[in-house]
Amino acid sequence: MSVVDPLVTNLTVFVLSIVVGYHVVWNVTPALHTPLMAVTNAISGIIIVGAMLAAGPVQLDVGTVLGFVAVTLAAVNVFGGFLVTQRMLDMFKKKGK
Amino acid sequence: MSANSVSLAYLVAALLFILALKGLSSPVSARRGNMFGMVGMAIAVIITMTITRNWAYISLAIVVGGSAGALIARRIQMTAMPELVAAMHSLVGLAAVLIAMSSFYIAQHGEALHLSNRIELFIGTFIGAITFTGSIVAFGKLSGKLGNKPLRFGGQHWVNLALGLVMIAFGIAFSMSPSWTPFLIMTAIALALGFLLIMPIGGADMPVVVSMLNSYSGWAAAGIGFTLNNNMLIIAGSLVGSSGAILSYIMCKAMNRAFLNVILGGFGGGEGVVADAGDGVQKTYRSGSAEDAAFMMGNADSVIIVPGYGLAVARAQHAINEMSNMLTEKGIKVRYAIHPVAGRMPGHMNVLLAEAEVPYDQVVEMDEINNEFADTDVVLVIGANDVVNPAAKTDPHSPIYGMPILEAHKARTILIVKRSMAAGYAGLDNDLFYLDKSMMVFGDAKKVVEDVIKALQH
Repeated sequence: MSVVDPLVTNLTVFVLSIVVGYHVVWNVTPALHTPLMAVTNAISGIIIVGAMLAAGPVQLDVGTVLGFVAVTLAAVNVFGGFLVTQRMLDMFKKKGK
Repeated sequence: MSANSVSLAYLVAALLFILALKGLSSPVSARRGNMFGMVGMAIAVIITMTITRNWAYISLAIVVGGSAGALIARRIQMTAMPELVAAMHSLVGLAAVLIAMSSFYIAQHGEALHLSNRIELFIGTFIGAITFTGSIVAFGKLSGKLGNKPLRFGGQHWVNLALGLVMIAFGIAFSMSPSWTPFLIMTAIALALGFLLIMPIGGADMPVVVSMLNSYSGWAAAGIGFTLNNNMLIIAGSLVGSSGAILSYIMCKAMNRAFLNVILGGFGGGEGVVADAGDGVQKTYRSGSAEDAAFMMGNADSVIIVPGYGLAVARAQHAINEMSNMLTEKGIKVRYAIHPVAGRMPGHMNVLLAEAEVPYDQVVEMDEINNEFADTDVVLVIGANDVVNPAAKTDPHSPIYGMPILEAHKARTILIVKRSMAAGYAGLDNDLFYLDKSMMVFGDAKKVVEDVIKALQH
């Protein structure tokens, strides 16, 4: 048997993740839809991993510089997203607490 | 570190992201969920750090971007959350474009890209570019910098369609023989498309647009994951992509609008919707003072408050919480009824009330509370209009016919706090105001609630 193309593996992961995402997100309570958007903002900051790989090669050239800029942008999302989610979630309190 | 251990660490991070979303099923577990998300991200970043060589520069970039993000997260007002979210989507979009350009640059100076990689690069770039400019427009509209008026011109859809086809043609050209010219032209067209697609959409439809761009930002990350053969990006991107898609669906349903209809523009800016002047008969309504309202609520057994975005505009959230606490102390059952589009983005009103320290167990979603209006003594509608318009259920000619509403009209008494008899967002009259059991209380929401509080103290 020939080697599986990475595209096929990627597609497998992609489709299964969508199914997981679909089921998990329908369980999110509507009261927390704004925090959901904020935390997914932070999670889409995972693109920082791609940016770091782009900025990885040791010689400085157009490719790595673009990578550094992308790391900076994604870092705004990662930190901003998680912290603002935390701030919102801290506001949701029960009666009498 | 070996490629296998890196991939396994990514798997752990991906699982933690899923737990982060799962935590949001209840306010009790949500904070722990968010912690899982942060740990997942930390693992992903640290493990990636071990396989790059420029870790010093990269750390610097993370510190710079991270401090900016942390500062914004601390300073941002809760009413401005939709703008913040839109701005953050644009950053993901731009980052995706930059990473794609960088990968292409590196590929040109080293190992050539396969055909499938080139197609993936093309897809990741154009989704990123559309997300970038589309989110900037959404940000501009939400923050009022661009004005709320939709921009429309004749043949707009055809122009967009033509641009889309030309973009795909250049994408195919790039996939066949990779060079900068088709790549840059394709990117430029995608940037223009993002702008053109969102400009015609009106302010009222922004909750759908923000959710949609949320989804796009996820697909952009997943697209880059395909290019880089990185499963972590694909998993996290797809989670975000499906989350945004579900939120768009929920928002469309709450407004009874077809998704395509929103995207193609219309309604939100008021175009084509003529205010329903009724049958020309002068309808009469009853109006009363804040003291009257206080008397009615003070003597009720149960009160449901229906807040709309007007409440937040008047900054009356804290006052309304103080008022409901006073009613609760008198032994009155107080709850808040939330329509899905009560705020400017999904769940926005819940956050605004939570910020004012309204306990979340008093805040009830539409589907849960609609059966209870009939047994409720007093409903206080404050800063809301279209979401309590009974025409959505009774009048097939109404533009909002079919939209799910809060059934405030079923309560024994309805109090409506409003500045004047002017029509709501959709430009419609509201029969709720003219019912015999309704009473209008005119004035600024905050001022009225403060007067009610004063009256309750006596």
